[in-house]
Amino acid sequence: MTGPHASTINPDTRMRPRFRFDIWTAGACVIAFIVALPVLTVLALALFPTENIWPHLWETVLPGYVITTLELLAGAAIGTMLIGVSAAWLITMSSFPGRRIFEWALVLPLAMPAYVVAYVYTDILEYAGPVQVLLRDLFGWKTSRDYWFPEIRSLGGAIVVMTMTLYPYVYLLARSAFLEQSSGVAEAARTLGCSPWAAFRRVSLPMARPSIVVGVSLVLMETLNDFGTVDFFAIQTLTTGMFNVWLVMNNTGGGAQIAVVMLVFVVFLLIAERAARRRRGYHDTSTRPGRAIRFQLRGHRKILAVAICTTPILIGFAIPTALLISYAVEFYGVSLNNRFPQAAFNSILLAALAAAAAVVIGLFLAYAVRLRKSATLRNLARFASLGYAVPGAVLAIGILFPFGAFDNAVDSFMRGAFGVSTGLILSGTIVAILFAYVVRFLALSYGTLEAGLGRVTPHMDDAARTLKHGPGQALIKVNLPIIRGSIMTAAILIFVDCMKELPATLLLRPFNFDTLATYVYQFASDELLEECALGAVTIVAAGVIPVILLTRVMGRDRPDQELPIT
Amino acid sequence: MKFRVLAALALAAPALMGVPLATASAAEINVYSYRQAFLVKPLFDAFTKETGVKVNVVFAKKGLIKRLQAEGRNSPADLVFTVDIGRLSSVVNAGLAQPVKSAALEAAVPANLRDAKGRWYGLTLRARLVYASKDRVKKGEISSYEQLADPKWRGRICTRKGDHAYNIALLAAYIGHYGEAKAEEWLRGVKANLARKPQGNDRAQVKAIMEGACDIAIGNHYYMALMLQNEKQKPWAAAANLVFPTLGGKGTHMNVSGVMMTKHAPNRANAQKLMEFLTGKKAQGIYANANNEYPIDPTVKASPLLESWGGFKRDTMALDVIARNRSTALKIVNKVGYNEGPVTN
Repeated sequence: MTGPHASTINPDTRMRPRFRFDIWTAGACVIAFIVALPVLTVLALALFPTENIWPHLWETVLPGYVITTLELLAGAAIGTMLIGVSAAWLITMSSFPGRRIFEWALVLPLAMPAYVVAYVYTDILEYAGPVQVLLRDLFGWKTSRDYWFPEIRSLGGAIVVMTMTLYPYVYLLARSAFLEQSSGVAEAARTLGCSPWAAFRRVSLPMARPSIVVGVSLVLMETLNDFGTVDFFAIQTLTTGMFNVWLVMNNTGGGAQIAVVMLVFVVFLLIAERAARRRRGYHDTSTRPGRAIRFQLRGHRKILAVAICTTPILIGFAIPTALLISYAVEFYGVSLNNRFPQAAFNSILLAALAAAAAVVIGLFLAYAVRLRKSATLRNLARFASLGYAVPGAVLAIGILFPFGAFDNAVDSFMRGAFGVSTGLILSGTIVAILFAYVVRFLALSYGTLEAGLGRVTPHMDDAARTLKHGPGQALIKVNLPIIRGSIMTAAILIFVDCMKELPATLLLRPFNFDTLATYVYQFASDELLEECALGAVTIVAAGVIPVILLTRVMGRDRPDQELPIT
Repeated sequence: MKFRVLAALALAAPALMGVPLATASAAEINVYSYRQAFLVKPLFDAFTKETGVKVNVVFAKKGLIKRLQAEGRNSPADLVFTVDIGRLSSVVNAGLAQPVKSAALEAAVPANLRDAKGRWYGLTLRARLVYASKDRVKKGEISSYEQLADPKWRGRICTRKGDHAYNIALLAAYIGHYGEAKAEEWLRGVKANLARKPQGNDRAQVKAIMEGACDIAIGNHYYMALMLQNEKQKPWAAAANLVFPTLGGKGTHMNVSGVMMTKHAPNRANAQKLMEFLTGKKAQGIYANANNEYPIDPTVKASPLLESWGGFKRDTMALDVIARNRSTALKIVNKVGYNEGPVTN
């Protein structure tokens, strides 16, 4: 009878540099290299700026950009951690009214494109917006000097919008971790005298750390690569600087240099975090999940729990959606147009294909790393995931050049050898967009699956091997069913993100090709969002359905037993 | 297994859908556009109706030049449409445009609004104007861009961000007239007069005038027309008068939207036909009446609304000069810290 225990030092987590050339290692190397090509291209571009922009930037706007960027990142990280982890814990460990609904509703903000949320809030909360107008009417204030109202177009506003739209990443991953933890661990902590809060703080939370870190790193990368939202809020971040240098100064290399600086920062953060937990293993070795004990909350705790869960949903989803629907109804005639269904079809098809591809690739990489325990392979895979931190337009450029080079090389060869011109093969086709999505969102699948596989004890793999399963079969027959929840999480996160993806799609697409996001953008970019609100609502709807599906499928819920808090 | 099927699908489908389209078919033109599809489509549809040639469009706000570069000699694009002079010059400077010699084009487009070698042609004009509060600014109180830096306007000006393309072009024109040092001094003066941190787009500034947050804003002329057509935005437009300021005593700063033919255009003849169509009387009329832009052809009348605003002198500074100064303009914006807004102390 194996009791539950969490190992703190497990020799199997050490990475030994073994480099055998077999299908897993070779395949992972090739795939990681191909996926990393755009990031490598950006690095290469950074080597050839048309002029050295750094002295000018350093003397003028760079310090401001850096500080604002750091503040934005810190604010988003802290906000999403607070909301995501506390909501996840409440949902998985306790019982309070409406818990079952909150469980999936908390993921809904994921379906909202951030720039739409930004637009909606600036529209209603700015000086000339309905909220302040109402307040001025009610209280008889005449000008802005008569009262104080938080300035929506500010760093604070941006942090709130980022937090409210991105916390679902942390929530989902923390929830996965808490769910997949055997309750035996918490039970053991309780028998040793911990209060529920102490058991959480000292056992559950640290064990969930890798997942939470993945979630927060996704939030940080999404915040870094966002341009639309910060532009709306008139915030000057490094991304602003990058686009100015690229587009106004016509200095692509300089812009690439700024992108590289941002990447380096992300990499540094991630390395620092991993170094901090290098020697720990995070799997528990019990062979069966115990029965869940849910703490039933009473009194003010119950109300607090409901408030904690309701507020993010309200701010991140309910209010923006309600406003969008009201615009859509008002401007219905203008919005509906015969290009709309085609755009919707394109969006859904691309998102589904990209999600499938990214999950398969992410799974292959994560398993190869786990199998061969090679630090080189793991770092290669992580490097390949960096596409997420690069702004979409820059990533698209990183794809344009390799694809263009490939197409032109093939064409030259064919012209020379056969006198036939093949023209462009990959550039300007759907393949380019799909590749962009995979490169962009590999971080989602690799990160989620790496964390998910990390929670499966290596004893499982060993057991499979003793039963004469090769690694491939061990993956399919043993690991896959266990991490099914993580796989669905990854697939659906990627699907929803693809539906919203904008800058790379805009630049790489074929002629006469629209997705919902690009269709909405041509109006939103002129601040005519009302005219295309119907399209925006469709993006949200197309995201909401998979999101609900997600929590249904992955909710490998533990059998419930309710106990009052002692 | 489900995943094998999914994986197979994921690999096969793009291969099926990624079949390259025949780009040099007889009745098609391919266009890369920086202008939104809904603005240019009516013109393309009119062209297709008249000639039967189909126009394929990709619209993007950033990076189309890079796409052209990467595609190289096999690029399917025939024409590139831009919203301002900056992009036109970037494409030409990157060696991606080819000269087009056409009597029709040269007749319709004034010489200072097209490239001397025929590598780009302007299609419409837009003026960057001052919107002044009807209640709080008397007629004639402001008549030049230089006056925007006058301390009497302290705390009364709203603009969008200084690094936006339209403002950069204005500053670049200022540099062209007065040089870098004076331009920086002027921008510092304007910054000191700001009522709030630059935020929002041109229309949002007019909204701010209506709400009393400021008295003067800078914006492109066609927004006035657009606001008047929009139920929700009509009150904003009603709160402001248009002023056509002068720069360097010469005239109002104008920017141009334009078109150029790419170096490796596969459908040269039809592409040229489109360029000639767009500078022809019919298309210029559509630009004028549907989009409320100023036609490039001086013989074509602007829309009745624009005509009602009266005539005005246009600054005739060479657009090439404006394009060249953009980089310097951005550096000045950064140096002055314009986007931080008015200093409060």
